[in-house]
Amino acid sequence: MSSADVCAVILWIGVTLYAVFAGADFGAGVWDLLAGRGERAERVRGQIDRSIGPVWEANHVWLIFVLVVLWTAFAEAFSAIMSTLYIPLALAALGIVLRGAGFAFRHALPGPVQRPATRVFGLASVLTPFFMGTVVGAIAAGQVPAAGDGDPTTSWTGFLPLATGVLFVLVAAYTAAIFLVRDSGAGGDEELRDYFERRALAAAVVAGAAAVVGVIALHADGRYVYDGLTSWPGIALVILSAICGLAALVLLVSGRNYGLRAAAVGAGAAVIWGYYAAAFPYILPTSLSISGAAGASATLTAVIIVFVAAALTVIPSLILLYVLSQRRTLDAYSSASEATSPRQ
Amino acid sequence: MPNLVPLLADSSSNLLAARNQMGFTLGFHIVLACLGVAFPLMMLLAEWHGHRKNDQEALRLARNWSKAVAVLFAVGAVTGTVLSFEFGLLWPRFMDRFGDAFGIAFAIEGIFFFLEAIFIAIYIYGWERLTPRAHMLTAIPIVISGIGGAFSVIAANSWMNQPQGFDLDSAGNVTHVKPFEVLFNPATGYEFFHMFLAAYMVTGFLIASVYAVGMLRGRRDRYHRLGFIIPFTVAAIASPIQLFVGDTAARAIADDQPAKFAGMECIYKSGDDQTEYIGGICKDGEVKGGIGIPGLDSILVGFSTSTYVKGLDQIPPNDRPPANTLLHNAFDTMVGVGTGLFLLAVWFAISWWRRRDFPQTKWFLRICAVAGVGAIIALECGWIVTEVGRQPWIVNGFMRTSDAVTPAQGIWWVYGVTMALYIGLGVTAVTVLRALSRRWREGVPEEAGEIPYGPPPGEGSEASA
Repeated sequence: MSSADVCAVILWIGVTLYAVFAGADFGAGVWDLLAGRGERAERVRGQIDRSIGPVWEANHVWLIFVLVVLWTAFAEAFSAIMSTLYIPLALAALGIVLRGAGFAFRHALPGPVQRPATRVFGLASVLTPFFMGTVVGAIAAGQVPAAGDGDPTTSWTGFLPLATGVLFVLVAAYTAAIFLVRDSGAGGDEELRDYFERRALAAAVVAGAAAVVGVIALHADGRYVYDGLTSWPGIALVILSAICGLAALVLLVSGRNYGLRAAAVGAGAAVIWGYYAAAFPYILPTSLSISGAAGASATLTAVIIVFVAAALTVIPSLILLYVLSQRRTLDAYSSASEATSPRQ
Repeated sequence: MPNLVPLLADSSSNLLAARNQMGFTLGFHIVLACLGVAFPLMMLLAEWHGHRKNDQEALRLARNWSKAVAVLFAVGAVTGTVLSFEFGLLWPRFMDRFGDAFGIAFAIEGIFFFLEAIFIAIYIYGWERLTPRAHMLTAIPIVISGIGGAFSVIAANSWMNQPQGFDLDSAGNVTHVKPFEVLFNPATGYEFFHMFLAAYMVTGFLIASVYAVGMLRGRRDRYHRLGFIIPFTVAAIASPIQLFVGDTAARAIADDQPAKFAGMECIYKSGDDQTEYIGGICKDGEVKGGIGIPGLDSILVGFSTSTYVKGLDQIPPNDRPPANTLLHNAFDTMVGVGTGLFLLAVWFAISWWRRRDFPQTKWFLRICAVAGVGAIIALECGWIVTEVGRQPWIVNGFMRTSDAVTPAQGIWWVYGVTMALYIGLGVTAVTVLRALSRRWREGVPEEAGEIPYGPPPGEGSEASA
């Protein structure tokens, strides 16, 4: 494996983490948007706040990670994507600003502005994954020339990019619903668990249908990736994704929380790696290969070292945050073991 | 409106639009970045003081500050994400050619940013869940990542001023990148220390100014005193060091980036015994209306009136920085305000040395109340000097900004939308901080989702439902 390939794998790890975890955050925003009004809607929003509150910023840092690895290790691809797909990317960036600000501030703002801020958060949570999806779809459709400056509009408004955009929103909503089922179940709110369970099932059906449309679109507009996904090793990952997706549905209707999140994450991650396998050896199918886009070798080595350093520091920190944020349910334990003189 | 259409089609206008867009978003983000770098230290100092002296007011301050840090970090994360899009959206040619040299520092910055995001959340969650010692320990990674992140970004920026650590092949592509030479280029040292101290000064004077206003309004309790003294002391310590570092930086720029130096000092004719002009309009080869001190510029550069200083006449016309008057006055404003802040720090130090208290005259607090805004003005001016002074280059001597810009149309529109959006964001952030501070004053208990990363208050949502 060349250092360019290692960097591509690192990039793809970042893409996976961003797509799955930030995707779930966006999906939660979709459910927030659809929650409506009233007492139950507020409980739904409360659960969404509790679920994504502690981790949303960390989840979204993966996007920065992806951008930085892309422009450092594969500057040519970064420049080609940015100079072609600047419209959906600028709109995605707009969505990120509105979503981040809307989520961060919706409760802190004065009363009359809270509802619009919530609405902004919800709408931006739909728009951002949609435009991100059109970017991925445009790349898969081969609409980004290696030299950049592809058509700024037709490149991302074809069948495949638009279908991918819709699919991204639906899959995000599905993943989020599963996470929220698990979290409300773990929180002991059975009614809320049922609420999200119904939505997870509905999202699964709709996302499944959209995936079929996506495959048709891929067959029509992204033949290289389609062929890769329907032959070894791409097909194996597609099958793995289907198994994970079905497992999640079985766990869901049987009322189990254990393994639910892992199954949903597995379903998403397997497709993302299926795409990687299918597009290989291209970073922009079929105009620019991974090795062709790779930067200077010392830079690639630096990226690999930085990634290892990041893994060694960030992962333990994330675990610490996760443990700490879950400690609410372990009050007795924590007061017995260390909070000898609780402040306040 | 019809006038806009030919403008939009004009490529030099595109460059101006892209520069405006980048300048505005960076100028906005740089304030939040400073707060992200330096505010956590203030918060940690307050908590440390609180535990050491068993001072509940200091602990309350630290806890409230941690919420302000979270709000500001949330805004800064958003504006920072926008910047990483803009590198590609506005300057794709630059990233294409130099991404593998320029990008390394950002890869490192990514780790620090990540750790800062995680540990801010840990710190906020930790108030109720960790022992005092463990809790204070979780603030240390925040402080360190702030410094490390600043170093990485400044290394990238200083590389644009003093590019090195790579070769160019015949096609002009970057090869043989030497990451250490990229990161530790000749400008990294002074640029980093200058910016690092600026972050502590901006944050310190800004927070102190909030409490100075509070005290002027009669809130002279222990909470406000501590809220003033802690950040002011940090900023006061940074001020004299900053004068020294800034002076060193200016001399290094005279040596390494003579075009920038000539632009910011308005030196048209090369030679020794250069006059130092304070203020004025730089036009037609001379400085009009400024105060000229004969020989001082040469003394500042080389400690003697016989020091030769390169003027704009030695720089080819199309390599000269634009907007000399802006550049010159931005530089003078930065130096002037910085010196003023230093004198304010001296006043504070003398009073503290004599009476163990800050000066009790209202005028001291009044000046402190505007010192925060003053520090931000100095910061923005310094940043204008660095960035505008490097023009017409994006990578000094290697790539012109005009060759880096995207041909994409419609940047003026994006710029307009961005301005509106950022003004909204700024107003929102200030509104939220003010609402928080009102609640703290009135002793309203914490509410769910009051701040971006906070745990549910009272360990349950029943209370707020």
